Amino acid sequence: MLDCKKIRKMFPIYQNYPDLVYLDSGATSLKPQCVLDKMNEYYTQYGVNIHRGVYRLSYQATEAYDQARQIVADFIHAHFNEIVFTKNVTEALNKICQMYQKKLKENDEIITCELEHHSSVLPWMKACEEKNMKLVYIPLNDEGRVTVDQFKKIITHQSKVLVITYVSNVMGYITPLKEMIQLAHQHHMIVIVDAAQAVSHLPIDVKDLDCDFLAFSGHKMLGPTGIGVLYGKKELLKTLDPIDYGGDMNEEVDLYHVDIKDIPFRFEAGTPMIAEAIGLKEAIHLLQSIGLDQIRQHELEILEYAKEKLSQIPNVTVYNKTSDIGILSFNVNGVHPHDAATFFDEANICLRAGHHCAQLITKWLHCIGTLRATFYIYNTKEDVDKMIEVVQEVVSFFHQFEVK
Amino acid sequence: MNQMQNLYREVIMDHYSHPRNKGLTGNGKQNHLRNPSCGDDITIELEIKDGKVNHVHHDGHGCSICCSSASVMSEVLTGKTIEEAKEIIHSYFQMIKGEEIQNEDILEEALVYQGVAQFPARTKCATIAWKAAEDLLGDQHEEK
Repeated sequence: MLDCKKIRKMFPIYQNYPDLVYLDSGATSLKPQCVLDKMNEYYTQYGVNIHRGVYRLSYQATEAYDQARQIVADFIHAHFNEIVFTKNVTEALNKICQMYQKKLKENDEIITCELEHHSSVLPWMKACEEKNMKLVYIPLNDEGRVTVDQFKKIITHQSKVLVITYVSNVMGYITPLKEMIQLAHQHHMIVIVDAAQAVSHLPIDVKDLDCDFLAFSGHKMLGPTGIGVLYGKKELLKTLDPIDYGGDMNEEVDLYHVDIKDIPFRFEAGTPMIAEAIGLKEAIHLLQSIGLDQIRQHELEILEYAKEKLSQIPNVTVYNKTSDIGILSFNVNGVHPHDAATFFDEANICLRAGHHCAQLITKWLHCIGTLRATFYIYNTKEDVDKMIEVVQEVVSFFHQFEVK
Repeated sequence: MNQMQNLYREVIMDHYSHPRNKGLTGNGKQNHLRNPSCGDDITIELEIKDGKVNHVHHDGHGCSICCSSASVMSEVLTGKTIEEAKEIIHSYFQMIKGEEIQNEDILEEALVYQGVAQFPARTKCATIAWKAAEDLLGDQHEEK
């Protein structure tokens, strides 16, 4: 177990709310002081623009921004020029969809699954509608997992893209990516991975996975909001036209012609998220100093404890008993998740209620929504105890009415 | 717990479990509103005749506050003139926001939603059906 007492001291929100029970890291993680300090340092000590300046401070800002890119690249085993900064994972996934679909044509098939977050599937749903392509879903197994076998069965000659989540944000399942990517490549497909829920829990190695594109947000991994990452294999990135044109992405502009910069700069028009990139760099340092393996072990221990406690309460349904990371989706039978959420809110417990921007899996589960508790480095068994207390309260409170 | 008892009043839970006027008839104007963040999905149907709200029906799904308030509203608005109905809806919104209201009697049974003002996160649930009705009544006015 991690030393949560020590860890909580790094997160100033706990000083402001000592009783806070934060179980919504799946939506966004809390922000440590060191990340805020680094961003503040940029703003107060060298807060100028990058690349354009020919003066010392601008050089310093440029260095810090480039360093951030290198740290991100190292973190996922990529090259410097394979990392494109975006505002978040949603923008990254939209961008790659918009750029790559130019290579696709009518009747091509995009393969995905019902575990996807809306950010992953909706851009392709729209692209399929506009280009007359086909969106194909890999049938999930009884547990709600995507399997290599099911994927194999639906691949056709028309299959061109696999867009798939690394870790489901509702079920907490890890996708068997490596085998799926191998299979996809055997069929000349490219693979886009949504790593939004994976990046703060699992070490990611894009070279080992051999994925073609991968995206995540900074704010779910102790970093600031407003920064995301799109990784792309350099040989593929080089073949894509940028979506945004403007400052900083070009080399030479004539009356009727523009020469664009090399990757990754051609994909980052305008002043980028400088402070946020610097904040993200610091977040990665912190994650590495704690250790992703230790983080996962910690959250799994909390998860096990929570599952065991929940299983002792009748009238509770857990939807992902075999979750691979610290995500627990459940409902109190007969109680709408939003009715339950108010009880948690009253007890200073932040957890999510609803469909978690993943309506397809909520529908697959045949429910209107779920309560979702997500556990991270600052969560303790005491947090779970408080949550369980409220679950019991919800059960007994609504029991007094004859709720259907 | 007192605050919770105040929010989830017996009447509210009764309307949730046994909704009145549920199911659309196709005899009136309909308005479908959704709150995607929590999954509330409500259709309100108003049957207006001779400047009066003759029938109110509702259908859909959502939390207890959302569904029950559609049911309560269907009873409160029935038989009222368009102007009266608009006034009731206006007062209801004021009550949910925690504002002082002049003539709370006109809210009749809808007064049980007073407790919602203490739960800002739930105001959307309590108002979605009423907003749908407000839109329909507004349209009614414009058509004249």
